[in-house]
Amino acid sequence: MALNIRKDHASRAVIVHAVLLSYTLIALYPVFLILINAFKSRKGIFREPMALPDSKTFSLDGFSKVLAKADFGTYFFNSISVTVVTIAVVLLLAAMAAWALSEYKFPGNTALAIYLAIGIMVPIRLGTVSILSLVVDLGLVNTLSALVLVYVAQGLPLAIFILTEFMHQIPKDLKEAARCDGVGEFKIFFAIILPLVRPAVATVAVFTMIPIWNDLWFPLILAPGDGKQTITLGVQQFIGQYVTDWNAVLASLSLAIIPILILYLIFSRQLIRGLTSGAVK
Amino acid sequence: MAHSGPMTDWRKAKLPVFAFLAPATILYTLFMIYPLIDSIRLSFFSATNGGDLAFVGLDNYRTVLSDPDWSHTFWNSFWNNMKFFAVHMLVQNPIGIALAAVLSLPRLKLRNTYRTLIFMPTMLSVVIVGFIWQLILSPVWGVGADILDIVGLKSLFGPWLGKEGSALITMAFISVWQWVGIPMMLIYAALLAIPEDLVDAAIVDGATHFEVFWHIKLPLVLPTVAMVSILTFVGNFNAFDLIYAVKGALAGPNFSTDIMGTLFYRTFFGYQLQLGSPTLGATVASLMFLIILAGVLFYLFVVQRRLSRYQL
Repeated sequence: MALNIRKDHASRAVIVHAVLLSYTLIALYPVFLILINAFKSRKGIFREPMALPDSKTFSLDGFSKVLAKADFGTYFFNSISVTVVTIAVVLLLAAMAAWALSEYKFPGNTALAIYLAIGIMVPIRLGTVSILSLVVDLGLVNTLSALVLVYVAQGLPLAIFILTEFMHQIPKDLKEAARCDGVGEFKIFFAIILPLVRPAVATVAVFTMIPIWNDLWFPLILAPGDGKQTITLGVQQFIGQYVTDWNAVLASLSLAIIPILILYLIFSRQLIRGLTSGAVK
Repeated sequence: MAHSGPMTDWRKAKLPVFAFLAPATILYTLFMIYPLIDSIRLSFFSATNGGDLAFVGLDNYRTVLSDPDWSHTFWNSFWNNMKFFAVHMLVQNPIGIALAAVLSLPRLKLRNTYRTLIFMPTMLSVVIVGFIWQLILSPVWGVGADILDIVGLKSLFGPWLGKEGSALITMAFISVWQWVGIPMMLIYAALLAIPEDLVDAAIVDGATHFEVFWHIKLPLVLPTVAMVSILTFVGNFNAFDLIYAVKGALAGPNFSTDIMGTLFYRTFFGYQLQLGSPTLGATVASLMFLIILAGVLFYLFVVQRRLSRYQL
């Protein structure tokens, strides 16, 4: 009897792992295929598309072509600056607003919280016509600042929502003690509260980062010019031009995949924790 | 939002409270709420020959919805978008739920590794994903056919992305491949929150893991499933990047992959010989807004209310 149960468990484990392994293969194989072929010669890509590069087919032609023609350094620099500045601004402004919403009782508190939450469900993209004319009026066309401003507005609603939930859990004694000692409200926020929300920062940063890093729409509309392209737009434009040059296409795809792949593998634990703890309330 | 304990009276700290709220509220209002409202306002105007705006009432809406040149394109993109959404609901979300259910089985080894790897495509840019699949499905390269050959289905392979009949569904499947990690993760998180005693009691009573999932866990995570559905809806009716990356602004072949997002882009910026029109673009955006709003309101007032009534 006991033996039977153990056998059942073992066979069930085999089925479960088979299911998960097959899906993992479906999720990863396409990416793997692109990466291995980027390191092959043209002949290798077409004759043995599914084989690993070997001494006969190994070639870095694609990469040297891409690096000579496209400005990957600039694309990365632009994407990283836009993302980092946006995350910093969103975190600071959202933490300040979340603190005020969770800590102080003032008329219209709930109404303001709802107003600030509308953006979670309504895509900012629908306001593009007016955003473009606003950016034109401000003289910010083809600047990275235009992207930062739009992305900050896009990132704030969810960030405020998550941080407000989090701030409610901060023990009351901490602030009361500080207030009794005569510490001012600004100092309480910057010296006590801001360091305390550090654990929630990772969650908010991830939720802010992914859509910005991968966005095509606003770079295409607000900053499509030379030298201002983000990585997503740069890759899109480059591949669009060289679509028949397979070495170049595969190499540029790999150049765009590898950094985010490395980042993802480094931060995946933090990211997944953020997704599983912050997302569902 | 549960408020813990009484909040501090703001009258003692009027200035700080204002200073904490002002920057976020101003930026959000200026770059999010104002453009949304202004777009809706613009949708009632039309540019005159001199370049000024003239109020035209509902004329733009009449044009987009019933002018023979426009309405065909509009309704085509609307129904394409519905099909795009249907594929996500019927394929992406069930697969996401199934993966979450398997991942949350007790004593599963390597669960974190599987979760991390399966979530990976979600991190990639839609542009990259689009090109990856364009290459794999390209009949010139033949890799797609070779892969199907391994499972003995080579005869099914065709130029799916190039045919009017299959291009949209193929694009939807590519999108599903990329985004399945989101429902998986959200539902996995909800499954973890279910108290273990509940499940253990059922197992002791002789229920199988499948029965436990179907009769106990799934009903408990229905609110999350509903939330995933509305997120899918909003995301799908706002989609643009994937179609644009693979098919361009014309959403070919012959507009068979045209969805609301690509229609909005073309209307706003124009294409080939057709000039772009910001006001008609604003009209298309306003119609997208109405569709998304209808979905969100349906979720808030019908689905969520009914679900919370039945919960526990």
